[in-house]
Amino acid sequence: MSKLEEFRAETRAWLEENCPPAMREPVRSFEDLYMGGRNPEIAHPEQKVWCDRMAARGWTVPHWPREYGGGGLDKEECKVLQQEMARINARRPLDSFGISMLGPALLQFGNEEQKLEHLPPICRGEIRWCQGYSEPNAGSDLASLQTRAEDQGDHYIINGQKVWTSYADKADWIFCLVRTDNSGSKHEGISFVLFDMDSPGVSTRPIRLISGSSPFCETFFDNVKADKRNLVGEEGKGWTIAKYLLTHEREMISGFGAAPKKSLGEAALETLGADASGRLGNGILRHTIAQYQLDALAFAATMSRVGDEAKAGQGLGAASSIFKYYGTELNKRRNELNIAIGGEAALGWEGEAYNGGVTSRDWLRSKGNSIEGGTSEVQLNIIAKRVLGLPD
Amino acid sequence: MALVLTEEQVMLKESAAGLLAEKAGVAQLRALRDADDELGFSRDVWQEVVAMGWPGIAVAEAYGGLGYGYTGLGLVLEQAGRHLSPTPLQASVLVGATAINELGSEAQKQALLPALAAGEVLVSLALQEGAQHAPEQTALTAVADGDGYTLTGNKILVLDALAADHFVVIARTAGSAGDSEGLTAFLVPAEAKGLTVERRSMVDSRGVGALRFDGLRLDADAVMGEPGQAWAGLSRTLDIANIGLASELLGLATEAFELTVAYLKERKQFGKLIGSFQGLQHRAAELFAELELARSIVLQALQAIDADDPELPKLASAAKAKLCEVAQRATNEGIQMHGGIGMTDEYDIGLFIKRARVAQHCFGDYNYHLDRFARLSGF
Ligand SMILES: Cc1cc2nc3c(=O)[nH]c(=O)nc-3n(C[C@H](O)[C@H](O)[C@H](O)COP(=O)(O)OP(=O)(O)OC[C@H]3O[C@@H](n4cnc5c(N)ncnc54)[C@H](O)[C@@H]3O)c2cc1C
Repeated sequence: MSKLEEFRAETRAWLEENCPPAMREPVRSFEDLYMGGRNPEIAHPEQKVWCDRMAARGWTVPHWPREYGGGGLDKEECKVLQQEMARINARRPLDSFGISMLGPALLQFGNEEQKLEHLPPICRGEIRWCQGYSEPNAGSDLASLQTRAEDQGDHYIINGQKVWTSYADKADWIFCLVRTDNSGSKHEGISFVLFDMDSPGVSTRPIRLISGSSPFCETFFDNVKADKRNLVGEEGKGWTIAKYLLTHEREMISGFGAAPKKSLGEAALETLGADASGRLGNGILRHTIAQYQLDALAFAATMSRVGDEAKAGQGLGAASSIFKYYGTELNKRRNELNIAIGGEAALGWEGEAYNGGVTSRDWLRSKGNSIEGGTSEVQLNIIAKRVLGLPD
Repeated sequence: MALVLTEEQVMLKESAAGLLAEKAGVAQLRALRDADDELGFSRDVWQEVVAMGWPGIAVAEAYGGLGYGYTGLGLVLEQAGRHLSPTPLQASVLVGATAINELGSEAQKQALLPALAAGEVLVSLALQEGAQHAPEQTALTAVADGDGYTLTGNKILVLDALAADHFVVIARTAGSAGDSEGLTAFLVPAEAKGLTVERRSMVDSRGVGALRFDGLRLDADAVMGEPGQAWAGLSRTLDIANIGLASELLGLATEAFELTVAYLKERKQFGKLIGSFQGLQHRAAELFAELELARSIVLQALQAIDADDPELPKLASAAKAKLCEVAQRATNEGIQMHGGIGMTDEYDIGLFIKRARVAQHCFGDYNYHLDRFARLSGF
């Protein structure tokens, strides 16, 4: 047996033994994702058990180095782990902004002390992070942000307001863009700092979304003290880090473009029935679904191709912008089709009859995909300018 | 299989780009068109293509080919698409040789594949009869007659018909139009008595013909495979043909797009480069994303041929449908973003839209293949 096959056999046996039955049930909505933290939201008691067991092996973030709490697995081993988890329908044990956003940025730009302090608690699901980027007057034009950080020797004093801060009311720490210098161009003078959301002077106010839940907040800083040990990279050079992190955020969000296990065509056939030739009766709807499925297939092939090309050292510039743009638009199309196929049943908001309204709420939530992490229009600007080299 | 080109494949792609750009590019297409050339391609240029070995790329080594697979041929076709190269690569190398390989008896393969791989012989498929691609609607009849058959009927859209040495003719020996059962493939020499080849002039200026069969007599050894059983081999031939055409369309659409982006960086209006207008930038960026998706699905489909993937029919229709959509959009946007100059014969973009629509139509267009994709996806 090759080493990889040995690894597969061990992994399979371990997963069989350790993955609790409830964690092999499909994820129905965002609430089923486990995000960890000091006061974790627990939809099912086995979520924490599963996370702890996986974390003990470093498998909540299998590709990070072992010294920072990851699994130290190479690409091939990660793939095997993924396949073996998929085989038993195991859920991801932990989802968090620490894993998908802050971690990659710290690994790239953090100093050793910062990595050792912040990465292991992310892997163990102990500290939950939120992202303090957007402000009321700095959305797409993020670099015009005005939250101020004053130099006080060994620490900063921070004043200002963030908005749309996802899970700010649940998070333990924040990675935050602040202005340390106002004298240069807007891209200069931005710094990337980390601080505890329990610090005096931090307050949050949840905002309710069209989908009914309140995952994001207005976040206020009133003379908040942030230790300089937690300045990542150089003071005033945070924009580079901010952009690097955004590419990771975009890749995470574009993952929503993945097609569901049961195809929309099959779902429609079950709900609406077939005509005499076995095809979906409504030809117009069938056409729209076919277009969606074709694009979803080509999108999945593109994700694989770009991944394989990166491994082979051939790269596509601005890949994350293409994925963010296309994947989120695709996810919106899928959700619109869910509404069209489901009809009245899909428009239900609450109650048993409507399965708690997941279809309509997911549909509404999907509208945010092409806004969060940089809007579709902003992605198209990036492709036009950075990839195609079109002029200003 | 990793969705990435090997070093060898990248080299093949580059050498194809070099030769086709120099010897069989848009300028040659124009020259052939303006001279009203009967064949629609140059035999001399074809000999140079042959010297590169490309006609044998996808033919198995046992039959004198390179055994390099369809992924390699697809890369050459992509370059042929970029340069609008008029050669029999599509008619004979992609479709003709594949038809012989998929439908022919061992003896027929031995007799023809080595010559096809060496570029000494040209074979073309005679399938379509009506205005739309509908293979099961084949009506041309082959009636058993002693120890042979008599063929009567018509074929159109036969690629490079005037240059072909042999035709693979799909005929009906049983059943009626609409049945996929009862179709038989015949190998017919171009000079056979009772066969008339007529040149047709299409919008893309390529060599296309119509065939008329007036009681043409064939011996039993002209039958390819089992009588009445051509459907499976024909379907696989068409899947491969469509993936090859999707490769061509990928190159064509990419080139049309790049021509257009170059123009956006050159033309000024309102005192600015038109490429600075966001209304155009976003349309260009969307098209770029679509082209990336197109490239991925074509590569996946090409690899599916070589890997004998059971999903081949579905991937073939996916690739052809997607490339029809993207090539149509790229050529339409290409003309629009050029403004008036895009409408002139002198400017190249018009040649791209013309070839695109013919390649889109051949062996089934967007509507045909999206419908087939849906059916093969179970709905
Ligand atoms: C669900 C959700 C979660 C979020 N989570 C977070 C979070 O955790 N942390 C955080 O910091 N932020 C978060 N955001 C904020 C998000 O990043 C911003 O909403 C986004 O960047 C857009 O900014 P804006 O809302 O100010 O819109 P605006 O920038 O005001 O945009 C309004 C419209 O104008 C368009 N537009 C703007 N500029 C241009 C241009 N140059 N060219 C063409 N069109 C343009 C936009 O595309 C959009 O259509 C979240 C947003 C959503 C919806």
